[in-house]
Amino acid sequence: MDVKALIIILMSSVLVDNYVLNRFLGICPFLGVSKKVNQSVGMGISVIFVMLVATAVTWPVQTYILDKLGLGYTQTIVFILVIASLVQFIEIFLKKYIPSLHQSLGVYLPLITTNCAVLGVTINNITDGYNFLESMVSSLGCGLGFLLAMVLFSGMRSRIEESDIPESFKGLPVTLVAASFISMAFFGFAGIVENLLA
Amino acid sequence: MITGILTALLVVTVIGVVAGILLALASHFFKVEENETVKAVRECLPGANCGACGFAGCDAYAQAVAEGQAEANLCIPGGPDVAGQLSAVLGVEVSVEAPKVAYVNCSGDCSAVAQKTIYEGLQSCKAAAMVYGGPFSCKFGCIGLGDCVAECPVGAISVKDTLARIDPKTCIACGKCVKTCPKGVISLVGEDVVVAVACSNKEKGAVARKNCMNACIGCKKCEKTCQHDAIKVIDNLAVIDYAKCEDCGECAKVCPTGRLKIVDMKNGVIG
Repeated sequence: MDVKALIIILMSSVLVDNYVLNRFLGICPFLGVSKKVNQSVGMGISVIFVMLVATAVTWPVQTYILDKLGLGYTQTIVFILVIASLVQFIEIFLKKYIPSLHQSLGVYLPLITTNCAVLGVTINNITDGYNFLESMVSSLGCGLGFLLAMVLFSGMRSRIEESDIPESFKGLPVTLVAASFISMAFFGFAGIVENLLA
Repeated sequence: MITGILTALLVVTVIGVVAGILLALASHFFKVEENETVKAVRECLPGANCGACGFAGCDAYAQAVAEGQAEANLCIPGGPDVAGQLSAVLGVEVSVEAPKVAYVNCSGDCSAVAQKTIYEGLQSCKAAAMVYGGPFSCKFGCIGLGDCVAECPVGAISVKDTLARIDPKTCIACGKCVKTCPKGVISLVGEDVVVAVACSNKEKGAVARKNCMNACIGCKKCEKTCQHDAIKVIDNLAVIDYAKCEDCGECAKVCPTGRLKIVDMKNGVIG
């Protein structure tokens, strides 16, 4: 275990295996909350937060409960259960003790309760055989990648809103086309990270 | 095999029950006392989140009202009904203003004004207004690119012949169009007014007429006719003081340009 491996995990989950743009998870908030830059930043930060907390809980659940009992296949349903109640718990906790943080994250927390990007990160961490530290780093990277994609895309959308779009492309169609372009751009990162620190 | 299924069932159930109990405990121990007044106030509000009250939305306004930081009569879409309900909830007297509607103080449609420049830039009034004061000969009037249409939360505004028109029956008087119009041709008037000024041109009569066929020329006939001292020509433009206006409509009868319009907002007549 060295720092270099961690950096590679971080960078590749931000750029190469970007959850939104390369694995197409979490498309719903990506399209839904990306109209304004400040909203997308709020959403991105909330996702980072939830991903980290979710991984911190699901990794031990998988390793010390499910694997011990040979119940690895119930992973999906158990993780949904755990993440959903965890997010609810955090929301209640924040409302009581850190109202300011609850106000800024409040709208987004329920939205990502069962977000597939969050579930995807926790499951992929297990599938990739990461240990606890690696899982946390990978979650952080995925969250950062989500934030990056959201911010880039919301900037793009604010430009789109002001341009002259053919009638039939207005609204969601042009948004999806733009999303595909940005996704193609991210494919360019493939293969970079492995050689970055070589 | 049966044991496998049972173990799985048991584990998932146990995890679910534990999570459920934790959440129940959390909601009990970390309960935040919500202000009862806030809830009651919020239930009275229409929930359109239009922002006309000057707060971020109905929730924020309810909070402010309950804490006594805001007047209870600021909800414009709710009007007197909501203000009345709020006064009952709060146990205080609330003064109610007459309901208002937005009105376009301009009648310079494309048949009345000359095209001064051909504007092909960003299709927004704010942008167009920055280029030599807009594409039309009258630099006070409506540009008609529909910034107000985009801003209106209830779809009360339409643009016809380069002139914005507001349907007073749909309008909730939130005032967003008033704020967004770069020319300031929209104003909020009482719903019960009889006469409205359909021009914003402050140029001298001859110049105004040259720039727009439908301009107020500041002839002061209305000022002389009015028995109630309610209408004044200020900067070559008729201005009505609705506090003094007695709704007789005499000024509209003598107006040579027809810019003083007889209106009936409640029935959707805007002249």
